[in-house]
Amino acid sequence: MGGKIKVKKKTTMSMRRRESLWGLLFISPFIIGFTVFLLGPMLFSLIGSFTNYNITSRMDFIGFRNYEQMFTADRLFWTSLYNTLYYVAFIVPLTAVGAILMAVLLNQKIKGIKAFRTIFYLPAVLSGVAVYILWMQLLSPSTGLINTVLSWFQIQGPAWLFDPDWTKPALVIMRLWSIGGTMLLYLATLQNVPGQLYESAELDGANAFQRFWHITLPMITPIVFFDVVTTTIGAFQIFQEAYVMTESGTGGPANSLLFYNLHMWNKAFVAFDMGYAMAMSWILFIIILILTIINLKLAPRWVHYEGGQR
Amino acid sequence: MEAKELEPQKTPVKENEGFRKKTNNPDKKSSGKGPELKPGYFKSRKVKKRIANIFTTLILVAVSIVLLTPIYWMVITSLKPMSEIVQFPPTLFPDEIVWSNYAETIQAFPFFRYAFNTLIITVCVVVGSVLSNSFIAYGFAKISFPGRNLIFALVLATMMIPGFVTMIPQYILFTQLGWVGTYLPLIVPAFFGNAFFIFLMRQFYMSINNELIEAAKIDGASHFYIWSRIMLPLTKPALITIAIFSFNGAWNDFLGPLLYIHDESMYTLQIGLQTFQSQTTTQWNYLMAGSTMVLIPVVILFFVCQKYFIEGMDLTGGTKG
Repeated sequence: MGGKIKVKKKTTMSMRRRESLWGLLFISPFIIGFTVFLLGPMLFSLIGSFTNYNITSRMDFIGFRNYEQMFTADRLFWTSLYNTLYYVAFIVPLTAVGAILMAVLLNQKIKGIKAFRTIFYLPAVLSGVAVYILWMQLLSPSTGLINTVLSWFQIQGPAWLFDPDWTKPALVIMRLWSIGGTMLLYLATLQNVPGQLYESAELDGANAFQRFWHITLPMITPIVFFDVVTTTIGAFQIFQEAYVMTESGTGGPANSLLFYNLHMWNKAFVAFDMGYAMAMSWILFIIILILTIINLKLAPRWVHYEGGQR
Repeated sequence: MEAKELEPQKTPVKENEGFRKKTNNPDKKSSGKGPELKPGYFKSRKVKKRIANIFTTLILVAVSIVLLTPIYWMVITSLKPMSEIVQFPPTLFPDEIVWSNYAETIQAFPFFRYAFNTLIITVCVVVGSVLSNSFIAYGFAKISFPGRNLIFALVLATMMIPGFVTMIPQYILFTQLGWVGTYLPLIVPAFFGNAFFIFLMRQFYMSINNELIEAAKIDGASHFYIWSRIMLPLTKPALITIAIFSFNGAWNDFLGPLLYIHDESMYTLQIGLQTFQSQTTTQWNYLMAGSTMVLIPVVILFFVCQKYFIEGMDLTGGTKG
């Protein structure tokens, strides 16, 4: 009898081990990809940021000189950081507010609501160069649609992409056109808010605004948090729009569209100062990391988790 | 500053619990003292609702017009002669429809060649994404092994790393491998999973009952068999969602081809269009025709697979299946 138990134990042990091997096999593509395309490159770039690497000939250790130059000598570094922070500061709150308002509108029980959802989401699927070209036409000072509409109201529209004061607002407007993806995220959450919460609030005489403020908003705070974190990370990486809309990444009028990543791109692939560009990428990473940690730290103050789970 | 603004939301939570308590107390309502039970109450409430609905519909229509106008504008501009585009005030519908804008655009910018190149990359990326993410997520969702949760946390953490941090060293890596100038840097990484898709897929697997797997195991099936024969067919909706999102990503990818493709005959649509744009500057009729052609496949895909587009975004509803 004793022997029998022993055998059973042994088979469960080996079964567990086999199970673990299967598990590792299944996640191995991720492990390999993570090591080769992420961890390895990140380590290389960390080391490279302390060198004068230029991809072809040299890779000498130069200590903190790249970082020093960035903070003290490179004026365009500060310009690009300012432009990027400007963009992030507008995009993050505007995306959240806009997407929530849209989602609340689309959460009503109204005839044809499905068609409206499709229309609201459509711009979000469209992206890439074609959309940037489309917006260059819409924003065109003389023949563009936006200034034409403004002229109907006797407003002289700005020169948008040609006026350093208006280039970034132009990109913000373009981005807001396609917040449908974020909107869907909120809509899905709104549909999970139990209806009886609203009914009882209504019976208690709460008006629509009070219901939104006291029920909807607290219920969707976890998604607001997710949205703020991901939109911040995304907005910091703005590149394609600026590259396409400023003639191959020249930065636009008065460098007003020279975003952080555009400057980094020019350093890496135009000037081939790879060491410097890698140092820039680490500064960006640290900025984003700090902001994400602040977000995480602040979250318990305002994010409301229903029932405390999840 | 942010914290201050958001703090007031803390108290409302308590208040909404208050709402719930009050309605749980039916005696109070049946006493009939409240203004709610006046005979006209339900009627007036209905009228109010209807007015609110009309108001909401009006807003929805207005926003829809604002959102659709750019697309409409693109299409009509692509059909106008240049002389009509520069005229003021612009026409809201072309006086004469110039289909030849499209023919001339295709001549100036090898649309079909670029579309074919883009399609090759896109198909490979879609296949890679569907297979790898489904495979990896199965490991995270259905097999228990030591360190699983820790590694999954790592998957989620990679979502927080901005792509630009790895862009330059990856470029150096692909240069060393001799892959620059080929499609490999655009395709191969798709076969190693993507954090967002793994997360999406894992949510979906979680909604599938484990009994099925246990039964198959008793019949002697290996995990590979279970994944390929049972799970792949079962998780079709999630796979389609991944296929659509990765299709969209690859079709619209600009940065990747910009970095790795330098031979003009290998250009993708995005790069081709950008080059075309920098040569054509303000020939809006041609530019809009080119943009329309590039966007059409995406629009068609969107209308055909709308359901998957919309459900794919429901991160919280993984259990709905």
